[in-house]
Amino acid sequence: MTDRPITEDDLQAYVDERLEPPRQRRVEAYLADHPDAAKRLAAFRAQRDALRAALAPVAAEPLPSRLDIRHLTPRQPRWRAQMRPLQALAASFILLSAGGLGGWQLNEHGRSSPNGIGALAQEAADSYSVFATDPLHPVEIAEPVGLSHWIGSRLNRPVGVPDLARAGYRLLGGRVISTPHGPAGLYMYEDSKGMRLGVLVRPMKIDRTAKMAEHDFGDVRGYSWADQGLGYSLVGSAPASTLHPVADEVRRQLAPPMS
Amino acid sequence: MTMLDTMLIVEPLIPGLRRYARGQVRDMTLADDLVQDCLERAVARWHQRQPDRSIKAWLYAILHNIAIDRGRKTARQGKSVAVDDTVQSEFATPATQDQGLRTDDILTAINLLPEEQRAVLLLIGVEDLSYAEAADVIGVPIGTVMSRLSRGRERLRVLLDGGAARPALRRVK
Repeated sequence: MTDRPITEDDLQAYVDERLEPPRQRRVEAYLADHPDAAKRLAAFRAQRDALRAALAPVAAEPLPSRLDIRHLTPRQPRWRAQMRPLQALAASFILLSAGGLGGWQLNEHGRSSPNGIGALAQEAADSYSVFATDPLHPVEIAEPVGLSHWIGSRLNRPVGVPDLARAGYRLLGGRVISTPHGPAGLYMYEDSKGMRLGVLVRPMKIDRTAKMAEHDFGDVRGYSWADQGLGYSLVGSAPASTLHPVADEVRRQLAPPMS
Repeated sequence: MTMLDTMLIVEPLIPGLRRYARGQVRDMTLADDLVQDCLERAVARWHQRQPDRSIKAWLYAILHNIAIDRGRKTARQGKSVAVDDTVQSEFATPATQDQGLRTDDILTAINLLPEEQRAVLLLIGVEDLSYAEAADVIGVPIGTVMSRLSRGRERLRVLLDGGAARPALRRVK
């Protein structure tokens, strides 16, 4: 048991139910011995609950049309909303055509299966080359919850965000990207040396379920597979021996629950 | 990111933004004005947002700043409302005595707190922002958030205890 004294912050966090379990037990023990403090915190909890209850109906009210964000759309000039994806597309064309000069070569292997898992791997490698090399904006959203919600909304199904901390990669965030097969989610990770890897996920029409396959595009390589209609591709510039176990970990985390 | 993406991310947060605005400003029309301003600014500034900043904190920060600006203006000008437009609860207290704390009491009491204390009580206690997010929204260190939380709760408790002797709570000014 820790000797750190109970602080006022602990007491406030107790009211908000945000203490870690060991600290929670410490505060509970303290309150058992200090009835005045216990009474004070009980009053705080009651006022917090009353405030929540008093304001809860507001969030349940139907949104008036002036707060419907869909009505705010026309105020936005069209060119502005469309600029970003066009820029991204232009960037990928430049990269593709610069391949011969820059030594960024496409392997025929990646082109051999234009619709199945090969296409998925190609899209992942292309996206990785565009976004992982962007020092300022490798991702659009950093927080996992918002990211998962966004990608899930565009792919019309819940999609989790893999946690690769144990493999040594922290989540930078991600974005929705466009592919010839519709929207896809792209997660970006980084290790302690700044080496990045990407995980692309999108629905599959062909190869709805496919075993993990290795793809090598020269500077970028990775592993792709599909499970129950969702395709995944992990790509990076690290050696295949480094990427393979991480891909296994992603597959393990994103596998649909056994029925 | 297209407009559609912006909508998908922001839309689920709008009910919470309305709730926060209503905690700050009891009048429904005024509160929704704040939210509307907030959404318009969010859409216009979407691409200026730092990618590593929590979108929730970013949106609440926009709303918070609008609410503070508005609060300063009304404080200067004084509130002018036609009698017919006022909510009945501003004059009378309905006779429901079910819970320990009544809806009307708590909302009246929180409006009597200094703005800086009211904001943390709402952001943390009602909107479930983390302490770090609340600090981000208000633009102060976490330590300041914690001390405002503590002082705000204490002050609210005193106000509500006084509320047992009812008239003290109503229309102090």
